[in-house]
Amino acid sequence: MELTAAEKEANLWSGGQRPLNASYGKLMMWFFIVSDALTFSGFLVSYGFSRFKNIDSWPIADEVFTHFPFLHGVDAPMYYVALMTFILIFSSVTMVLAVDAGHHMNKSKVTFYMLLTIIGGAVFVGSQAWEWKNFIKGEYGALETKGGQILQFVNAEDGKRVAIADFAVSIPTERSAHKASNGIWYETEGSLPSYSLAEVVKGFEGNNNLVIRSEKLDEFGHKIVLSREDSLDKIENAVEVVEGANLVHNEYGNRLFADFFFFITGFHGFHVFSGVVINMIIFFNVIVGTYEKRGHYEMVEKVGLYWHFVDLVWVFVFTFFYLV
Amino acid sequence: MAEGAHKLAIFRGLLKFKSNVQKIWGVLIFLSIVTTIEVVLGIIKPQILMNYFLSMKLLNWIFIILTLVKAYYIAWDFMHVRDERGSLKGAIVLPLIILIPYLIFILVLEADYIFDVMSSGFVSWNF
Repeated sequence: MELTAAEKEANLWSGGQRPLNASYGKLMMWFFIVSDALTFSGFLVSYGFSRFKNIDSWPIADEVFTHFPFLHGVDAPMYYVALMTFILIFSSVTMVLAVDAGHHMNKSKVTFYMLLTIIGGAVFVGSQAWEWKNFIKGEYGALETKGGQILQFVNAEDGKRVAIADFAVSIPTERSAHKASNGIWYETEGSLPSYSLAEVVKGFEGNNNLVIRSEKLDEFGHKIVLSREDSLDKIENAVEVVEGANLVHNEYGNRLFADFFFFITGFHGFHVFSGVVINMIIFFNVIVGTYEKRGHYEMVEKVGLYWHFVDLVWVFVFTFFYLV
Repeated sequence: MAEGAHKLAIFRGLLKFKSNVQKIWGVLIFLSIVTTIEVVLGIIKPQILMNYFLSMKLLNWIFIILTLVKAYYIAWDFMHVRDERGSLKGAIVLPLIILIPYLIFILVLEADYIFDVMSSGFVSWNF
């Protein structure tokens, strides 16, 4: 007798088979991915929160990430991060090819594609590190006001950015280091910026071509450049020289931008790194024939799910940090 | 999963592939095209797309829609969601498409409110 649809459904969920047609391991990987996706969306939405809160003064990503390897001084926004995106998508493709070869029990092909995937992932993490290095080092330098606003410098004639190193004058001062032997309390000192505030201000005052570019955006999304008089007024408020970016100061603009950049790309980079490590473990298991003996390559499929998820997250990070 | 278990058509059956490997390369080409469009738009920033729609630039809406398209093809074809049962598809996708838009809605609305308070309030926050 034919089973009715209702009876089939009852049998499906009454035990002894896989109702979702996926193994336990794959299901658990999917549940992990769903929860991790919610974690990342929490991060990205809180980035959106900070951005909408400061919608009239948020840094412009095209002006922050302008480097490309071996092209010094060339303004190349987006190209490098586009390259990174292609690297990660391509390593996703080699992963899915490895999964497909696993379905055909083709050990040598699985090995080859897993190796390519690991290389792609490692290149991506390396690229990420280089991006971080440029971001931390900074390019032009800026002043920070007491309220945490960033003052950048541009040439009044052509509107191009000017580095503080190009106009700061040198004012020799005596600095004596505080030593542990001189006091009961001894605190170590962090690194100092290359120029003191007084040196930058003096250089600015002596150079009539320079004006200040503020954090604020006009209605077309360009940073507002102050007039020379307003600039001389504004520079009185500066309290600190900022070079590069860290968790406390950020020469590119709002410090939250740097915080979220470090946190979200760092968390994603950590996922890529752990993905590479897991891929390596599976890679060696493939080589020694563990899955050949087991009769199926499902482990490759599971780690593949994780790897594609990492790629998926990057697609969103790419959009919200670099494009939008 | 046997080879026959893969659904080999994408774009609602518009494009059918002969094997799973061919489909993978096809999807790669599609994702590359979409990424290239995004990068080109991001570099030239056409003036016509700078108009605002629902308080966001048209260009940004295009970026977000293209991102969702890419996410769909990565999940459906690389992560093989296309080949899974409807119940598993629902278990994966429904929590995300219910919770994430909700989170976006409450936080972005709140951010917009805080922006208004800070820009029209009596206290200067950024000096």
